[in-house]
Amino acid sequence: MTPRFDPHDPLDLDSQLSAEEIAIRDTVRAFCADRITPHIGEWFERGELPTARELAKEMGRLGLLGMHLEGYGCAGASAVHYGLACLELEACDSGIRSLVSVQGSLAMFAIWRFGSEEQKRRWLPGMAAGDTIGCFGLTEPDHGSDPGSMRTSARRDGDDWVLNGRKMWITNGSIADVAVVWARTDDGIRGFLVPAGTPGFAAPLMHRKLSLRASVTSELVLDDVRLPADAMLPEATGLGAPLRCLNEARYGIVWGSVGAGRTALETALEYAGSRRQFDRPLAAFQLTQAKLADMTLRVHNASLLALHLGRLKDAGRLRPEQVSYGKLNNVREALDVCRTARTILGANGISLEYPVIRHMTNLESVLTYEGTVEMHTLVLGQALTGIPAFRG
Amino acid sequence: MNIVVLVKQVPDTWSERKLTDADHTLDREAADAVLDEINERAVEEALRIKEAQGGEVTVVSMGPDRATDAIRKALSMGADKAVHVSDEALHGSDAVQTARVLAKAIGTVEGYDLILAGNEATDGRAGAVPAMIAELLGLPQLTQARKVSFDGSTVTVERETEEGLTTVQASLPAVVSVTEKINEPRYPSFKGIMAAKKKPVNTVTVADLGIDAGEVGLAGALTTVLEAAPKPPRTAGERVEDDGTGGTKIAEYLVGQKLI
Repeated sequence: MTPRFDPHDPLDLDSQLSAEEIAIRDTVRAFCADRITPHIGEWFERGELPTARELAKEMGRLGLLGMHLEGYGCAGASAVHYGLACLELEACDSGIRSLVSVQGSLAMFAIWRFGSEEQKRRWLPGMAAGDTIGCFGLTEPDHGSDPGSMRTSARRDGDDWVLNGRKMWITNGSIADVAVVWARTDDGIRGFLVPAGTPGFAAPLMHRKLSLRASVTSELVLDDVRLPADAMLPEATGLGAPLRCLNEARYGIVWGSVGAGRTALETALEYAGSRRQFDRPLAAFQLTQAKLADMTLRVHNASLLALHLGRLKDAGRLRPEQVSYGKLNNVREALDVCRTARTILGANGISLEYPVIRHMTNLESVLTYEGTVEMHTLVLGQALTGIPAFRG
Repeated sequence: MNIVVLVKQVPDTWSERKLTDADHTLDREAADAVLDEINERAVEEALRIKEAQGGEVTVVSMGPDRATDAIRKALSMGADKAVHVSDEALHGSDAVQTARVLAKAIGTVEGYDLILAGNEATDGRAGAVPAMIAELLGLPQLTQARKVSFDGSTVTVERETEEGLTTVQASLPAVVSVTEKINEPRYPSFKGIMAAKKKPVNTVTVADLGIDAGEVGLAGALTTVLEAAPKPPRTAGERVEDDGTGGTKIAEYLVGQKLI
């Protein structure tokens, strides 16, 4: 028997998921509905994430933090599991997904992939449990898309390292117990683990954001920060290491952005069915139906793409260019869907009483962080033509 | 302590629940199926007891093949193994037949000290099965528990009903049914979800339990649904504009309806 058409799953993508994948998806969905969604509008309006630490511990108990990593207290889940979790988290709020992405895909992944055995044992179990929060310092005030030109430096002084510089736009920075900081050395770019409280290190909160307001964003200040020799990640040599971490996080965005779009679409669909003008529901107008159909195509095509890339990743076949493909497409589509949803909601489309404007402004950050539209376009351009357009 | 937890898959209370036109039994295709929320609490209580005292938690469920989803959820929360009674012959069974089958299924679990159940399922809401099982097994029944504690082989329960609160005690083994005040169930952890598929589920038919198929199912049920009608649609209601007298108007309405 052909199953009935489900407006929430028009491509019957659930049929492509295992029972275990659906169980993980449903668990994250229930967790968000119980613990985050009731508060997220208020957190966003206040511009803070007041219960970040408590939330991290709850996420740790679920197994969300570093869930796709093996060992050291991590859940050892698949790339598709991780993607489905990101989708549900970002269906709630991009800032919440950012917390998890930065913890798992940037900070924990950096240590897990490039750290010494001792560093892994020291940091990863606490980070998986959510007792220890990590951040990732690559971007600088003057160096975003071109991190290779970073100015933050680490110089040898005896056995020690001494770090100087500034990092900017660092998610989780002010609440982090450990910062993964990338710095230039005589030996190329290297990664360092900087515990919070190290003299000379500070992580002041950044204010005046109109996006990702329910997310901690910070500056990292490093003034003669002295670290022991074993603070350096031994396996990370050169810019490729932090870029590898970013590729992990971008993969989560490919999925997460679908969640933001899905919430906007579902909000618009429900609103169009209940809101009446000219004696009929908005959903009865052809212009509205055209918008809903177009949004549905965008959200669920993006979902199909995310699942496909996830299966490639689990098969060990996913290329960075394909992650660029996914991020470029899915964030752009999600943002477009939010803007269309906002028109269906009319004035309510700009109110925090509904999730649409929150997702829309959040996605303005997601559009440029972890690689701008322009950079991912040029990555694809280079992959297609063999000619790098952004390097001299 | 070895604990048996009874779980049931029910239609999600958020989806539209219907009876079939053919025989007035539950239309399982019409609604999403979930592990009954009260059973999640029963499983949670069992896990807390196990975590405090050691032992094993066995899930017992009667239901069609897809009830494995509900069983899997209980296993992913942390239960150790399951017995699933699945048989076409069970279709349309009433509370007494269900209790008989479950009592036999519980009998396949070796050395249990405690049987935990929800006080009533959100679909049928008969609330009778735990007591019936206790009768069939000759065990003490402590129903409507909002708190459970142990002292050696004695179980003590705070029993909450509309009449008030009573404290009841029994010696183990015993049947305890819990209310929704008992606890807040945990979310299954990802490790739990991934471990669940490796846990043993013993699927049995009524014949395996030594029950004649003719004794169960719609034909032999002691209760029959003769007729079913959908709930009338909710009316639009009355809208009161609050020009400062909103509170008074609401009070007047409630008085008019003899509600206050």
